[in-house]
Amino acid sequence: MGEMDDVVSEFLVESHENLDRLDTDLLALESNPNAREMLASIFRSIHTIKGTCGFLGFGRLESLSHAGENLLSLLRDGKVGVDQEATGALLSLVDATRRMLDNIEKQGSEGPDEFLELKETLTRLQGEFAKPVQRPGGAPTAASAPIPSATPPAELALAPAPVEAARPVAPPSPAAPAPSTSAPAAASTEHSVADNSIRVDVGQLDKLMNLVGELVLARNQVLQFTTSSCDNGFLATTQRLNLITTELQESVMKTRMQPISNIWSKLPRVVRDLSQSLGKKIRVEMDGKETELDKTILEAIKDPLTHIVRNSCDHGIEAPQVRAQRGKPAEGVLHLRAFHEGGQVIIEISDDGGGIDVERVKRKAVTNGLITQEQASRMGEREACMLIFAAGLSTASALSNISGRGVGMDVVRSNIEKTGGQVDLHNRFLEGLTIRIKIPLTLAIIPALVVVTGEERFAIPQVSLLELVRLEGEAARKGIEMIEGSPVYRLRGALLPLVHLDRELGLAQRTNGDAAVNIVVLQADDRHFGLVVDRICDTEEIVVKPLGKLLKGLSTFAGATIMGDGKVALILDVMGIAQRARVISEARERASVSANAATNASEGEQRRLLLFSVGGGQRMAAALEEAARLEVFAADQIELSGHQRVVQYRDDILPLISLAEHFGGSEADIAGQPLPVVVVREGDRSYGLVVERILDIVEQELKVQRCAPRAGLLGTAVIGGKVTDLLDIAAVAKRFASECDTHAI
Amino acid sequence: MSKPRQFCTFYLGRALFGVEVHKVQEVLRDQVMTPVPLAPDVVRGLINLRGQIVTAIDLRRRLDRGPRENGGRSMNVVLRTEEGAVSLLVDEIGDVLEIDDSVLERPPENLRGVSRELISRVAKLEHELLLLLDTDKVLLVPTEA
Repeated sequence: MGEMDDVVSEFLVESHENLDRLDTDLLALESNPNAREMLASIFRSIHTIKGTCGFLGFGRLESLSHAGENLLSLLRDGKVGVDQEATGALLSLVDATRRMLDNIEKQGSEGPDEFLELKETLTRLQGEFAKPVQRPGGAPTAASAPIPSATPPAELALAPAPVEAARPVAPPSPAAPAPSTSAPAAASTEHSVADNSIRVDVGQLDKLMNLVGELVLARNQVLQFTTSSCDNGFLATTQRLNLITTELQESVMKTRMQPISNIWSKLPRVVRDLSQSLGKKIRVEMDGKETELDKTILEAIKDPLTHIVRNSCDHGIEAPQVRAQRGKPAEGVLHLRAFHEGGQVIIEISDDGGGIDVERVKRKAVTNGLITQEQASRMGEREACMLIFAAGLSTASALSNISGRGVGMDVVRSNIEKTGGQVDLHNRFLEGLTIRIKIPLTLAIIPALVVVTGEERFAIPQVSLLELVRLEGEAARKGIEMIEGSPVYRLRGALLPLVHLDRELGLAQRTNGDAAVNIVVLQADDRHFGLVVDRICDTEEIVVKPLGKLLKGLSTFAGATIMGDGKVALILDVMGIAQRARVISEARERASVSANAATNASEGEQRRLLLFSVGGGQRMAAALEEAARLEVFAADQIELSGHQRVVQYRDDILPLISLAEHFGGSEADIAGQPLPVVVVREGDRSYGLVVERILDIVEQELKVQRCAPRAGLLGTAVIGGKVTDLLDIAAVAKRFASECDTHAI
Repeated sequence: MSKPRQFCTFYLGRALFGVEVHKVQEVLRDQVMTPVPLAPDVVRGLINLRGQIVTAIDLRRRLDRGPRENGGRSMNVVLRTEEGAVSLLVDEIGDVLEIDDSVLERPPENLRGVSRELISRVAKLEHELLLLLDTDKVLLVPTEA
């Protein structure tokens, strides 16, 4: 039984279930011979067993169940009447099948018994419609050596007898026949396959999950008492409670987890059929099949995933001749990859097809009136690519029955977002497209940031959270600027629209304007905005509970949760808040305007930073894209224009600004030494920023820790493990320019 | 004759109301309430009922009555519904009364406003009138805030 195939054990579990149902169905049929639907159900069960047997090569069982199926089809069609003899024979069939299954489980084959008598009975009952019994022409399966059977077949075939008599006796072991009233399996004490797994209603698991959620909350409440208690026994017990609860939570979560291969396994077939109808050659590769996801999430992403795959086959991967022209192998590759990352599951669908033609997408979007010509020309590549997720846009030039009907990618996106997931794509024009789906592991328990506004607590799902900004003192008063009454904040040079949570929710507003301002930078639908809250607490794992019917209409809340103290807190729906505050449409405008601005919003992505020192060991960094060139000027190249140091540079005069002096220091003695200079452009003029030394170019996620009070600095961040000031090149250049202008007057 | 039905009764001010007892899951004292911003006015907030989150409807507001006098404290009459429990906030809890169908009457024609919609029957008790609420309609709150 050790090396038993998965398929076989699955078949056994399923068949045992089928047989149990058959027993009850048959008995019900006996008492009510006219129940047609009962017959149909019995027929299906037997048919399933027969089919699988044929597939797995259990010939005897197949031929036996085939005989039963023939009789059943006649019974079902009313050609033969249902009588006690017929049901008796069918019950014997069930028992015989059970015995064969037991043998399969124990020995790997059906056992020697042919059950010829039973087969004959089944055939005889078919009356005039009967076909002659097929005596197997000497092709019995594995265990062909006839073991002296302890069970005379005749006993089994006592068709008209009541149920008990039709029971087979113990399996063909030489053991004494088991009492006729006990089930055949009762003799064996080992656990059979059917005993090792059970099917559980998902609703039951949901309930279990809920209860565990409650336990987690109760545990959190108990843990709060431990801080004020010195009782060692109590502390030790809560510690144990803590551990057990955590383990229980994990175990229950596990019961709902299924490998992604459950939905992936259907994809190769989809791709095969598609590629044949399209005349393409496509190979599917999979990585990370065993990655597990919550069943509900798995169900939710099944359709979107299939759609993306179909889309890739249809639009992505080119026809073989086109591929040949582009110098690619005729066979296209569709690569599926799944893995865990930071408490989330990432699924990537990559193809090596044509990618997205950004210009075509833009044209199409303009034609369909999704964006204006002007917006299109300002739109960056990434943003334009995301247009394929907009409703009513299909770039397929010809409609096919596969895709290209303009519904699809927008539905894909909204379905994925409904599960709390995100879609992103990475386009390589003419080389392929990668679609990246980020989804939470489970829906029921999520990490969230707890904030306080107007004396109420709110939870914000961590997935939408980008960063936290705290403005204190001067910065708190001046940091927030107004554009026509709409508050904005300059986050690393880009304008971040702000939403005051208290105003948006109509809560009591804070009166003391001097206190620090807390901004939670959030992402909704690819746009960023800052949510101003009174206080930021902590991140917590929260159990998401739905709101009642009365509150379903509130788009600002995604649900509610119970906090450690037993009070209810609402979970903010970031998307809903953004829509209510109308920051999404505003943000759309802003993003396209700032796309070509020097300082692009970092969006928590990898940024390339130029790292340099400015005298006195002060480390600074600036966005690499702001630097036009890096130059080193020899001492004798430097000339003076008034007090201003300049160099001749590319047929122009480049004024040099000493960063050290700008920030109130003085340059080290550098007479005679070559000067490292960062050339920047501001407006139509170029400046050279004199630094002490260019240190490095690093690529990393930029998290500004604190907003600096000094002019010319954007803030402070940890770069390369060290605290580094972020230089606001534009501000420095502007100040320099205005100083020059005043001197000129 | 049909057998008498049981009603859970409660007060709003001096008026006595009742709902069928089998619709009532439990009765609770004043609970800690989390208000829901932007929710319809009649929704007072959410309460934690042994891990279940229950919406609390202020019956006074639902019936267009003024604010509570006794310091705003209220009792929760938790109703069973198909979509989970909902709590009605009332002033005081009365007894469970057995009412025979014979003392029930349709609400009089001169009853106006919301009460007309929400009161399904009036029971003529010896000393006072018991107003029976149609809970389905009470819980059907217009959704616009």
